[in-house]
Amino acid sequence: MKYNMKLTPEEEGILNGSAGETQAKVMKSLVLYGDAFNAERFVPVTGKGHLVTSFGISVLKPVFSIMDELIDAGLKVDETFTVDPRPIDYDNVKCNFLERLIFSKVIYGMQAPYEEQLKKLGLKSSKSFTCTCYLDEVGNTPKKGDVLSWAESSAVVYANSVLGARCNRNSGIIELFGSILGKVPEFDLLTDEGRKASWIIEVKTSKKPEAQILGSAIGMKVMEDVPFIKGLDKFIGTELDDKTKAYLKDMGAATASNGAVGLYHVENLTPEAVEQGEALIHEGAKTYTIDDKELERVKNSYPKIGAWESNHDAKPARCFIGCPHLTFAQLGEWAERFEKELEKQGKSKVGMSVILTAAPEVLDRFIKENGQAHGKLTGFGIKLTSICPLMYMNNPLCGKKAVITNSNKLRTYTTARYLTDDEIVSTAVKGGF
Amino acid sequence: MSKTFKGRPVVAGTIDNGDAVVSRQGVNTLASFQKSALKKAPKVICSDQNNPDIYNKNLTGKVLCLPQTIGSTTGGMVLYSVCALGIAPCAMLFSQPIDSLAAAGVILADVWTDGTIVAVDSLGDEFLEYVKDEMKVSVAKDGTVTVG
Repeated sequence: MKYNMKLTPEEEGILNGSAGETQAKVMKSLVLYGDAFNAERFVPVTGKGHLVTSFGISVLKPVFSIMDELIDAGLKVDETFTVDPRPIDYDNVKCNFLERLIFSKVIYGMQAPYEEQLKKLGLKSSKSFTCTCYLDEVGNTPKKGDVLSWAESSAVVYANSVLGARCNRNSGIIELFGSILGKVPEFDLLTDEGRKASWIIEVKTSKKPEAQILGSAIGMKVMEDVPFIKGLDKFIGTELDDKTKAYLKDMGAATASNGAVGLYHVENLTPEAVEQGEALIHEGAKTYTIDDKELERVKNSYPKIGAWESNHDAKPARCFIGCPHLTFAQLGEWAERFEKELEKQGKSKVGMSVILTAAPEVLDRFIKENGQAHGKLTGFGIKLTSICPLMYMNNPLCGKKAVITNSNKLRTYTTARYLTDDEIVSTAVKGGF
Repeated sequence: MSKTFKGRPVVAGTIDNGDAVVSRQGVNTLASFQKSALKKAPKVICSDQNNPDIYNKNLTGKVLCLPQTIGSTTGGMVLYSVCALGIAPCAMLFSQPIDSLAAAGVILADVWTDGTIVAVDSLGDEFLEYVKDEMKVSVAKDGTVTVG
């Protein structure tokens, strides 16, 4: 078979089986992947890996066969890698008997053996399960210019945009192959040209836009293109401090899930926008203006599905906050927000099951360094966990439940209903609308 | 009367008089395929309520015509998995250049399973405007697609 990518003699040898049949298939997959996007060559991966597949879901049995084949061939990731969050935590996210049975025996019946496979392939540690692998506490923070082989869309868009690393919006398995081989085909967001913006977003709102709705609006409009966002620095500043990075994390996750954005630039704020300014914008870029009215239109366009379809004011069964996982600072902010709202409504505990999610190592730090806020949250009846709300929800059992969330990603992929931060804290304390 | 379109074969193969299922909007792979695969159903009935074009329609063995795929980056794994399970569409015909998730899926299916999802991209907007559900579609190895 003829390939278009230019391979080194070593790469050609691997493709022809010099390192064994399995590695030849890994190489062939990546060469075909590169050819599909007119990549000319491979470039070395310079950052640690991060995998999207964290769940031993039985439907992906064929994926576990590939993992076995890789392990049997003695292949593994040289540098350790992190992985997306686990799907279940029976201690903090309660299930009834039937749900637990179906989760453990049917849907996620492969979880334990799958985690064994991950260990054999180079998983960093048993705590390395989070979609926010780039946070300092987790220890998989790429440097500017690093080339990555990641798939998790919220992590890819954060690494590209906020950290200035270079990563394509890969699929699961392909990202593992890139980490095993230590090389990825060079195309799109790995190139200077691919990182230029073909959209200008003009933010003309009267106040700081809700990150999750702004991201949703941008994603739905530009889909997979690169946007250059103007006017946002007026509201969130020009310093990449913890608060601003958390805002960009949530906005970016919405751009990536409501559309397919892998990289955005924010004028005067994100690294490449600061360095290159408007030189990053393609000639003839289209413009999308976002004002208060447009944000309202976008928010009102979200369909109400699942339990919400027949009853828009159904009593919510559960509230998820933290998709993507919350930062250390965000956990503290939610403690304050709930405290104020409880006081306002004259209550001591929240009125429904409220779950906050964060990386295991972020929760460890929160308990250690901000025990007071942690104590407040648990005292309010709020549970903290490190699961993936999306994987928890994304099955026929949970799909029927009336769940509310402040995550536009969770809303997009599941039947959960989106509420703004203010709306959700009020509803969660009240126990309904 | 039939009409011919020329695209780029991403995974080359031939299809003779396949049945079209058409999505005018991006297909969310995970949302579309997951429910049937979870139930180990013999065929995939699209479960994506957000896609009225293909919701509740059988996708197994069909020629799925679409602009691109969208959604979770597990999409490629899902396509590969449904191919390994023998319940994938026989072909995916993209009006636009293929996206990275769909590309991964059809390539993984090609390299790591005994099956194939024939994939042709860049067929153009006119292709997606012309093709309708249940039309007969043939695909040649060079990426030529004949509809009707």
